Amino acid sequence: MTLTIQHLYYLVGIILAITAVLTVRDATNPRRYSSGLFWAIYAVVFLVGDKLDPVIVGVMAVAMAVIAGFKGVAGGKHQPRTDAQYLESAKRLGNKLFVPALAIPLITMIGTLSGKYLVVGGTPLLDPKNTTLVSLGVGCVIALGLACSMTRETPAQGIRESWRLTDALGWALVLPQMLGMLGLVFSEAGVGKAVAHVTTEYINMDVKFIAVAVYVIGMALFTIIMGNGFAAFPVMTGGVGVPVLVHHFGGDPAVMAAVGMLSGYCGTLMTPMAANFNLVPAALLEIDKNAVIRAQIPTALLLLTCNVFLLYFLMFHK
Amino acid sequence: MLTDVNLWPLIGVAIIIVGFVLRFNPMLVVVVTAIGTAFAAGFPVEKVLAAIGTGFVKTRNLPLIILLPLAVIGLLERHGLRQHAQRWISSIQSATAGRLLIVYLAARQLTAAIGLTSLGGHPQMVRPLLAPMAEGATENRFGRLPAKVREKLRAFSAATDNVGLFFGEDIFVAFGAIVLMTTFLKEAGIEVEPIHVALWGIPTAICAFLIHAVRLYRLDAALAADIEKARQSGELGRESAGAAQNNTAQQGA
Repeated sequence: MTLTIQHLYYLVGIILAITAVLTVRDATNPRRYSSGLFWAIYAVVFLVGDKLDPVIVGVMAVAMAVIAGFKGVAGGKHQPRTDAQYLESAKRLGNKLFVPALAIPLITMIGTLSGKYLVVGGTPLLDPKNTTLVSLGVGCVIALGLACSMTRETPAQGIRESWRLTDALGWALVLPQMLGMLGLVFSEAGVGKAVAHVTTEYINMDVKFIAVAVYVIGMALFTIIMGNGFAAFPVMTGGVGVPVLVHHFGGDPAVMAAVGMLSGYCGTLMTPMAANFNLVPAALLEIDKNAVIRAQIPTALLLLTCNVFLLYFLMFHK
Repeated sequence: MLTDVNLWPLIGVAIIIVGFVLRFNPMLVVVVTAIGTAFAAGFPVEKVLAAIGTGFVKTRNLPLIILLPLAVIGLLERHGLRQHAQRWISSIQSATAGRLLIVYLAARQLTAAIGLTSLGGHPQMVRPLLAPMAEGATENRFGRLPAKVREKLRAFSAATDNVGLFFGEDIFVAFGAIVLMTTFLKEAGIEVEPIHVALWGIPTAICAFLIHAVRLYRLDAALAADIEKARQSGELGRESAGAAQNNTAQQGA
């Protein structure tokens, strides 16, 4: 049997369904019914989302946004352990605590690298299209086993801890997926074409340096809007990169592409649209939601400036 | 030049910028933007909802990387992982937050460059290990930390993971972005070798390391100044660092 990403969707769906039940039963949660409904809908999306009519999933996504938008998602009061208890087990377990934590990336890495050799009777063990994510899933399950045997806890306690952290993250957990959805709607609606049209129509591209700057800064700006350098790349490269930098000025396309994509990544560092990298870590670390972006903006702007000059001088290296 | 490009979907860009600037709830902003953009493109109601639904199902892989490690990390935190990470770094006398993060930046960038992008990440590495270590190293030198300094350390830990990953992975030739770039150029009639695209990512990667490492190098001095200022204003007297941290760890986001 091949372990596929679909199995991970079922696993996450079950975890979210338990989260929904625990939330509804949590008397310390001031919004336990609306929060429970939010997680229940999300569980359904993972369990049977691909079998439902897209219109129904669309209604469910809108419903989730409405619940979150009107402050319907809250967390309960989870009783923390005392400082002494934390220190006691930290002392008792010591460096062993690092083992399950580091096992996750290690197993993910091993799975990713060896995925194509793990074949039994012609059937791959890990979904070849999603080796990394499936390996991550395997790594997390093995690490949970390690953590349970080490701390003498049950997997059920692990699920309760997962619920505690899910409660703390709240709707921020769903935001990356919402933004990913928006990116797909944008491209279906032709937003990229419209932006490329406006950029090329109204800016004077006859000066080489201006053209380079427009491409580099445009990649960053468009990534800030779309939240993803992959979405910005075809638009800016099709609109400015290929016709102006390569065909008109004769630049090296490999340099243009490499520096262009990395300029897009500078945009990723500066935008809330890249929720997975900027907003979710802020929620995970319990700090202001823009704190990570604020820490990254100086690096991003300095690097973007470097990129303008790197592209300008390296593009004509021949 | 007359074209048949429909400019109305650009209204989506305007909605999302206004929504974020006015700090409306991001989930609502995103959904309203999706609906507005799809309407502007001339989709009927049913197609609008279907576009949202299809997109939402297609992107189910995005939250996996956050959701899957939560049970393990939560369980280890319950047994003092953060406290142990702090104690462990305290035993290294020369460790400062800046130096620790520079080492992590280099390691993250180099491992990503050889394709090991999963050796890091916010739920598995930054929350349970890197951020507590940065805090522990700083506490070791200065004692109790004001909340502002704690926030700065955590933000810089997350930022360092991002910078290292982004400007490392593009050098790896089998990475998705390289495939995307060469495929796109091929469709535009330009043949480039993936290895060339990967190699020309190196100058930017070096610049990224230098810029961010210099900022991290200066972070230690900035933290010292912040802590000194907080001491003078008497802010530190009122809060106990350990208790403050455990409280925030339990609060909702």
